[in-house]
Amino acid sequence: MAEAASERRAKRMSIIVTKGTLDWAYPPFILATTAAAMGLDVTMFFTFYGLPLLLKNLDLKLSPLGNPAMKMPMAGMHMGMPNVASMIPGVDAAASAMMNNLMKKKGVASIQDLRALAVEAGVRMIACQMTMDLFEYTLKDMIDGPELGGAASYIDVATQSEINLFI
Amino acid sequence: MADQTVDAKGLNCPLPILRAKKALQSIATGATLEVLATDPGSVKDFEAFCRTTGNELVESTTSGNIFRFVLRKAG
Repeated sequence: MAEAASERRAKRMSIIVTKGTLDWAYPPFILATTAAAMGLDVTMFFTFYGLPLLLKNLDLKLSPLGNPAMKMPMAGMHMGMPNVASMIPGVDAAASAMMNNLMKKKGVASIQDLRALAVEAGVRMIACQMTMDLFEYTLKDMIDGPELGGAASYIDVATQSEINLFI
Repeated sequence: MADQTVDAKGLNCPLPILRAKKALQSIATGATLEVLATDPGSVKDFEAFCRTTGNELVESTTSGNIFRFVLRKAG
């Protein structure tokens, strides 16, 4: 029985990570860590604004701009913020701080923690070479673990994966 | 009495699953793991986790705001 299980190839999942705001950083790391915990081999491909999620020093922000669905629990109700508020200096920073406090209060893991858990779980991370060049990053700016690759590396992984996500 | 307990109370998705997985790695095949959680989503999530991983969900009970799961580690 144990032999049969070890002979069977683990299911695989790939995620293309394209967004680097505080809110959008969550889905890929939550899904990657959970899939790894459920025995899947997981590969994350970081490109464009998702690439900075691999930086050693994370400073994630979010913005109410263009996000009318962003309503925060405040004073017993849910309050949205008009797009124009995002133009006022300090509003995005305040919204980010508010979200961070809220997450801590509700027992939501930080992105730093989830990322460390993903690395620990053996999630394979590929940093998009083209984006590295474009935004002038080197692997020295990144946490230990990511390898460099391009579209072909991703397609190779994707053709062998049961689940392929673009986030 | 389970062989080991994970207290995941106050933690939100996906932490109860991740903590449980970590604890499962440290117990023997056939041993049991008790998980305590307050995340209501964990009820469905532990069912799904066990279905996918082959570990057995021996118990899933609720008492007040606390959800209690007992898992038996598969080989």
